[in-house]
Amino acid sequence: MSALLETRTLSKHYRIGSALRGYRTLRAVDGISLQVERGEVLGLVGESGCGKSTLGRCMLRLTEITAGEILFDGRDISRASDKRLRPLRPRMQMVFQDSYASLNPRRRVGDLIAEPLRIHTHADGARRGEAEIAERLGELSHLVGLPQSALQRYPHEFSGGQRQRINIARALALSPDLVVADEPVSALDVSIQAQIVNLFMDLQESLGLTYVFVAHDLSVVRQIATRVAVMYLGAVVEIGPADTVLHSPAHPYTAALISAVPEPSVGVTTRRITLSGDVPSPVSPPSGCRFHTRCPSAQALCSMTAPALQDMGDGREAACHFPLLT
Amino acid sequence: MTARTRTHGPWAVALRSLSRMPSAIASASVLLLLVILSAGAPFYAAHIAHTDPFESDVAGTITLHGADIPVMQPNNNRLHLGLTPIGPTWVPSADLLGADSQGRDVAARLLYGGRNSLLISSCAALLCIVLAATVGICAGFFGGIVDILLSRMMDIMWAIPVYLFAISLSIVTVSHGLRIGPISIRSDSLLLPICIIALVYVPYAARPIRGRVMSLRQSEFVLAARCLGASRRRILLRDILPNVSTTLIVLAPLVMALALLAESALSFLSIGVQAPAASWGTIIQDGQGLIYTRPWVAIAPGLAIVITVLALNVLGDALRDALDVRETSRRSGA
Repeated sequence: MSALLETRTLSKHYRIGSALRGYRTLRAVDGISLQVERGEVLGLVGESGCGKSTLGRCMLRLTEITAGEILFDGRDISRASDKRLRPLRPRMQMVFQDSYASLNPRRRVGDLIAEPLRIHTHADGARRGEAEIAERLGELSHLVGLPQSALQRYPHEFSGGQRQRINIARALALSPDLVVADEPVSALDVSIQAQIVNLFMDLQESLGLTYVFVAHDLSVVRQIATRVAVMYLGAVVEIGPADTVLHSPAHPYTAALISAVPEPSVGVTTRRITLSGDVPSPVSPPSGCRFHTRCPSAQALCSMTAPALQDMGDGREAACHFPLLT
Repeated sequence: MTARTRTHGPWAVALRSLSRMPSAIASASVLLLLVILSAGAPFYAAHIAHTDPFESDVAGTITLHGADIPVMQPNNNRLHLGLTPIGPTWVPSADLLGADSQGRDVAARLLYGGRNSLLISSCAALLCIVLAATVGICAGFFGGIVDILLSRMMDIMWAIPVYLFAISLSIVTVSHGLRIGPISIRSDSLLLPICIIALVYVPYAARPIRGRVMSLRQSEFVLAARCLGASRRRILLRDILPNVSTTLIVLAPLVMALALLAESALSFLSIGVQAPAASWGTIIQDGQGLIYTRPWVAIAPGLAIVITVLALNVLGDALRDALDVRETSRRSGA
């Protein structure tokens, strides 16, 4: 059985600059190939600006892609028009980072959640009646833990966590197969974050969902992801089972990311890897390995040849000439 | 989340915060008063001042404190040449604000002028907003070639100084009226200044509307709607229009203030409202020759313009503050 979603050398380049000063190319996503298997939670991690949100949006064709292919359930959707995509939309949904900005402030919550039900007909082409929609709204609000009274109110009357529940309810209205969650909890308070992450996990279990979970917070990813893809400057540097990648990273960048997570236990001290310098600009990425300018174990080879993703033998792939394997 | 069940929609929240703003209440009251006074112009002329403000009355007299006084009084200079209209008597039944050089009651003309000035500026503002919304929404939503064409058109209009543009259009149309195909507008019709003023301010209103639509088009809830598979039509009707409506509401009083100033300027130059009809601009022009002897003829309509424009601007600011739902709910801690 093919993967639910597959990207093949997917690239998204932005042209920046002006006609006067010349255009330059910003490689937000640069040749990423990965598979999202049914029922898994793929965590996409990396620091801000590494292209993980762009990748998430490209996967659902919310931004035009520059090159490469996207296969959804075996079907090539990389060049499909909006019209051709519409029948597939119920199967792939997104939850956004900003729970306020992603809800139209002038519509009632019930109306917002019902929107996908009104847009899409049943598989046989029949429209959903108002009674059916009302019933589904009841189910959905129960599913995500919203009170029934919430449906009559407006988004600005809710807290961030409640609004994210509204977003989740809307994304789940048509029972999708794939949900791309673009940093769904990073704007929330820590206590609320845990509630929403738990909600995501419960829903995944009960509805058999597949997630692509974009996050920069490794502790959130550790909790929810079954597989992790680490991104740096528009490329995947390491991808593999969450336990393997997060406990014994092969790529020095992954190791540095993990060491930056605060350790909650008293007495346990971790050796912190401090990266020097800033992230290079994706407009002019370094030659060879993109990470060599900041890598603690870089050698002469790294600045000349770019390493490809290689199988490390434990179900994980890493793009490094000198992987940290113990 | 609180336990209250009453919901507060964005409009209800805006109205509530508006009702708590003293500036909004004050400016709205001033405007309402001006509208009521102007609407009562015929009543004032017929039943209080007992005069016809459109007939010249050089030989007339008024009864003040039981004595008959001629409206046009001989000059007190040595030669006793020429006549000066009576000044303000501050008595409503007898030329409250004095008379103009044709012996007409200035106070009654001021009210009739207010009718025309307010009517023209409000209709022009409405028409301007409708045109600008069409242009701005099309340019902002469809982008690409539509945006380029519309925006360049607006830029060309913008390149012409707005008063020069209005004056040129008025001079062309004021002499013979306007005839385009089946549409024919007489040269003394109020529709002419309305259309001209609405037209010249379209670029000023269209640009912020276009900007708002463009930022809405990039907003996450439009992205979310696209992700749900909504058609462009649905996104335009359900997501863009309701959110751009607040921008239109905020712009309306501001454009009306500009329109009022433009109307006064055109009428002052006698290419707006045509005699014998009055507008605040034409009364200022009437008062121009009397500025040393009877300054109130020019000051009164000038004050009316200042007060109206000020009230409209204050109201526009208050509306802008009240209509930002997110800001309001944050301020009140909801």
